[in-house]
Amino acid sequence: MATFLEGVGKRTLNQLDYIGSLNIQWWTTMRAMGASLPFVGNRYRWKATVHQMLEIGVDALPMVALMAICTGFILALQGASELRRFGALHYVIELVAVGFTRELGPLLTAIAVSGRSGSAFAAEIGTMKVTEEIDSLRVMAFDPVEFVLAPKYLAALIVVPCLSVVSNVFGILAGGVFMYFSTHLGFVVYIRDVLTTITLHDVIAGFIKSLAFATIIATVGCLEGLRVRGGPDAVGRSTTSAVVRSTFLVIVADSIFTALFYFTGAY
Amino acid sequence: MAMISVRDLVVEYDGRKVLDGLNLDIEQGETMVLLGGSGSGKSTLLRHIIGLERPKSGNVLVKGIDITRCSEAEMKSVRHSIGVAFQSAALFNSLSVEDNIALPLREHTKLAPSIIELIVWMKLAVVDLADCGKLLPQELSGGMKKRAAVARALALDPELIVFDEPSAGLDPIVAAELDELILLLKQVFQMTVIVVTHELPSAFRIADRIAMLYQGAFLTIGTKEEIKSSKIPRVRQFLDREPETTAKAEAVAAHFHKYLQTPEAKS
Repeated sequence: MATFLEGVGKRTLNQLDYIGSLNIQWWTTMRAMGASLPFVGNRYRWKATVHQMLEIGVDALPMVALMAICTGFILALQGASELRRFGALHYVIELVAVGFTRELGPLLTAIAVSGRSGSAFAAEIGTMKVTEEIDSLRVMAFDPVEFVLAPKYLAALIVVPCLSVVSNVFGILAGGVFMYFSTHLGFVVYIRDVLTTITLHDVIAGFIKSLAFATIIATVGCLEGLRVRGGPDAVGRSTTSAVVRSTFLVIVADSIFTALFYFTGAY
Repeated sequence: MAMISVRDLVVEYDGRKVLDGLNLDIEQGETMVLLGGSGSGKSTLLRHIIGLERPKSGNVLVKGIDITRCSEAEMKSVRHSIGVAFQSAALFNSLSVEDNIALPLREHTKLAPSIIELIVWMKLAVVDLADCGKLLPQELSGGMKKRAAVARALALDPELIVFDEPSAGLDPIVAAELDELILLLKQVFQMTVIVVTHELPSAFRIADRIAMLYQGAFLTIGTKEEIKSSKIPRVRQFLDREPETTAKAEAVAAHFHKYLQTPEAKS
């Protein structure tokens, strides 16, 4: 019994330590982020931020778009199969439009970015630790948080909401394609209906969620990289851990935000 | 005043004492070799001298500044006067060799790009890599990487240069070339040099004084001649390459015989 309780206590303390580390790292990076801003910050950090934006955003564009098209199509098909029985096929438009803007756009993007870039952050920083590059930055009087972490955070914060918009657009367009082939509803009418359905609240809710998801992905990815101890095998473990933990935390955060928006009447 | 003063340095990891009350003075222009076996604490001492870690107790003074207690601004100024060539070279793989060397110059000085270019070329010429500036670190051999790391360590004209295991993983000819480079730096730039190694020929070639570590404490500190003529048993054992334990053929045979009697081996 004592061993069981010891185990529970130990795991709880480890998780608390992890959450504490996430918070400290987030706060430290936010304080260092000024240097990565354009015009007012260090131009080399801004250059690194743009490079990260290309890697996180532009390179992920085809994948996010394809995921959104497939999911939009699936959502429309599943919705239509039930709504058709009640003669309410028209509601598929609302289902897809609201579902993507509030929920699926940011969530799908977060899952794609977590798999692509969260793991890449962990692998890059972990390798830098193993090969003493982080130490060499420190001895050259560079702050690794400002040099390595802040550009990644800023890039994620800019790019993930943009990718979410892309995901929304492609998901909704996929719904439009379905509606065209199943009910011969014209694209212009479809888009008009979509725009009447979506409210500013939905857009803002999706935007807030995508900012939160970007923060989670960057924080977890970077922390997992910084926690690497040992050799290349530890880098592999940290990469897996970054994807698993960030995806899990994104879904938890999503459920918290959704509940918050629902109960506060924002939806 | 000594360039480096280590006073009563105690370092503990998880309650295990790694360095036990070390005292050491390194004078301006001196080449000090930290010699010792694996796990003796020489790399840990080095990490404390360059300010990468904070000790449990004791002080490390660099040019009179206690780097265990100084402010961030003081630490930054101390770091500008120290160049470090890491064991793994720790070059940034995403940057070319010349960009690696230019990095501290671009960020810590206000020099014009043409002057930086000239300085980078000069530093590369010192380490005989003048034609390799455009290459990426992964395109260099092990010895070339180490020399490029030396060039980067020299970028800001430091007063102190530190080498962590410079000969590790190199063939004897390349290792000897690095020894000559260290001697050249001392002669030409009048630098204070600290070298961590367990290579005896290299230590006796480059050292003014040698400090020998064993289980986190200094066994002896002295000139090459004093170390060579030392009567301390552990020092003699290290110099004469006497093994701690010898694998005996009878013992191996007995273990094998015992294993053959186990049910696992019989099955």
